[in-house]
Amino acid sequence: MRYESPTTTSEAATLLAGESGEAFVLAGGTDLLVRMKNMMVEPELVVDVKRIPTMRSIEITDDGGFRIGAAVPGVEVGEHEALGRAWPGIVEAAGLIGSDQIQGRCTIVGNVCNASPAADTTPALIAADAQVEIIGPKGQRTIPVAKVATGPGQTSLTKGELVEAILLPPRPANSGDAYLRFTPRTEMDIAVVGAAVSLTLKDGVVSKARVALGAVAPTAIEVEPAAAAIVGSKLDDGALDALVKACRAACKPIDDRRGTIEYRTEVAGVLAKRAALIAFERAGGIQ
Amino acid sequence: MSGVLVTTTINGDAVQFACPEEETLLDALRDRVGLLGVKEGCGTGDCGACSITLDGRLVCSCLVLAAEAEGREVTTVEGLVEGGKLHPLQENFISHAALQCGICTPGFLVAAKSLLDRNPDPTETEIRYALAGNLCRCTGYDKIVRAVQSAAKEMRAAKPA
Ligand SMILES: Cc1cc2nc3c(=O)[nH]c(=O)nc-3n(C[C@H](O)[C@H](O)[C@H](O)COP(=O)(O)OP(=O)(O)OC[C@H]3O[C@@H](n4cnc5c(N)ncnc54)[C@H](O)[C@@H]3O)c2cc1C
Ligand code: FES
Ligand code: FES
Repeated sequence: MRYESPTTTSEAATLLAGESGEAFVLAGGTDLLVRMKNMMVEPELVVDVKRIPTMRSIEITDDGGFRIGAAVPGVEVGEHEALGRAWPGIVEAAGLIGSDQIQGRCTIVGNVCNASPAADTTPALIAADAQVEIIGPKGQRTIPVAKVATGPGQTSLTKGELVEAILLPPRPANSGDAYLRFTPRTEMDIAVVGAAVSLTLKDGVVSKARVALGAVAPTAIEVEPAAAAIVGSKLDDGALDALVKACRAACKPIDDRRGTIEYRTEVAGVLAKRAALIAFERAGGIQ
Repeated sequence: MSGVLVTTTINGDAVQFACPEEETLLDALRDRVGLLGVKEGCGTGDCGACSITLDGRLVCSCLVLAAEAEGREVTTVEGLVEGGKLHPLQENFISHAALQCGICTPGFLVAAKSLLDRNPDPTETEIRYALAGNLCRCTGYDKIVRAVQSAAKEMRAAKPA
């Protein structure tokens, strides 16, 4: 195995593109090194991105959004006050990953690119309408987070491509987001279901909403009918019931020892409703 | 062998070692630097026995490549001792019998020190969350939590407010 730690993203892309064997980006390594240890992968090349300065910081963009570099660890996401005020749901999703030890390393982009259906940040990012900035041998492109994972462990990134940053849109006044997951243990466990809601209020009524679910399909999914169900409401019982129904209808979960199909489907509705209520309150809404 | 030459700072000392690219920092610390306080429980980030700090951040050394330590600062449990004197956490682990077999202890000490550096007066709940990445199959955790509380209290008393 070859280990490289370039200082620019284009250098990283060139290294990845030039390797004929298996090549991986190394961010926090909390997924990659586990897979190497378990001999699930035997890379020829590992490209460490933590020495690329443009990937190491969280910036406020010109339009008032945020740019989170791909090598920023969870602990720094949690320490960023402005980010926590604007996107508490994303920050709480990132903070759920692993222990303090894992937080010292794990990145949001690694979570998205690892493409686990149960990844905690992905639903929160989809609800936020986040984009990823990709750099590859042919230049740069930007795609929605929902378009990164194409199936368990599979992404739409092509050879030589890597993510440089996550882009969050500017946040209008009276907006809120929330992410909730269900796990059998309170810490150090993998979501049986995850649910994220992001919404904006106008005159106390939901004017815009996005809803996303994790661990109930091969990838995290956006549930547009669930968002449509609460737009125009103050989250009255009727609107919430419609949201719950839409979420359950969107579930195509697996059946395993951690949760049956029926259980995951049921819980998806419950969590989406609770997340909607928290997001509503954070946006300053009064029912 | 192809490999990397790593120059790094470990517990304040400049250290240099050579190792294969795929070697973890855990293996390098144990087998090349001789710091046997770093333990391997799982090798996959679940147990915390391999906890160290890297540039001041708590991490599992089993999930770090040794090559990544180039130019960085590493602290292991061996770095807790100052001038031959055990750290208050170490003293309190002993006096509270917060260990039995001891394999988890170095990881708990490093994680607890990282917590107290950030938060000198943690609640019991904060301690339990901060140590959730460290597993112990002997003590039942209570004595560990008491030892950390007691060390924190001593350390606050020793520090002029
Ligand atoms: C003990 C433990 C507990 C965990 N708990 C949770 C949990 O609660 N919730 C959860 O969702 N996950 C959990 N995880 C999984 C993991 O920590 C997260 O998925 C984490 O966010 C991965 O980030 P990383 O930076 O460590 O990724 P890495 O391991 O560095 O990379 C993961 C994958 O993404 C690719 N990649 C990384 N960065 C880029 C990039 N910039 N461009 C293109 N590809 C890239 C890598 O090549 C690799 O295939 C846990 C892991 C452990 C070991
Ligand atoms: S050996 Fe590193 S966490 Fe268990
Ligand atoms: S004392 Fe034996 S594992 Fe903790």
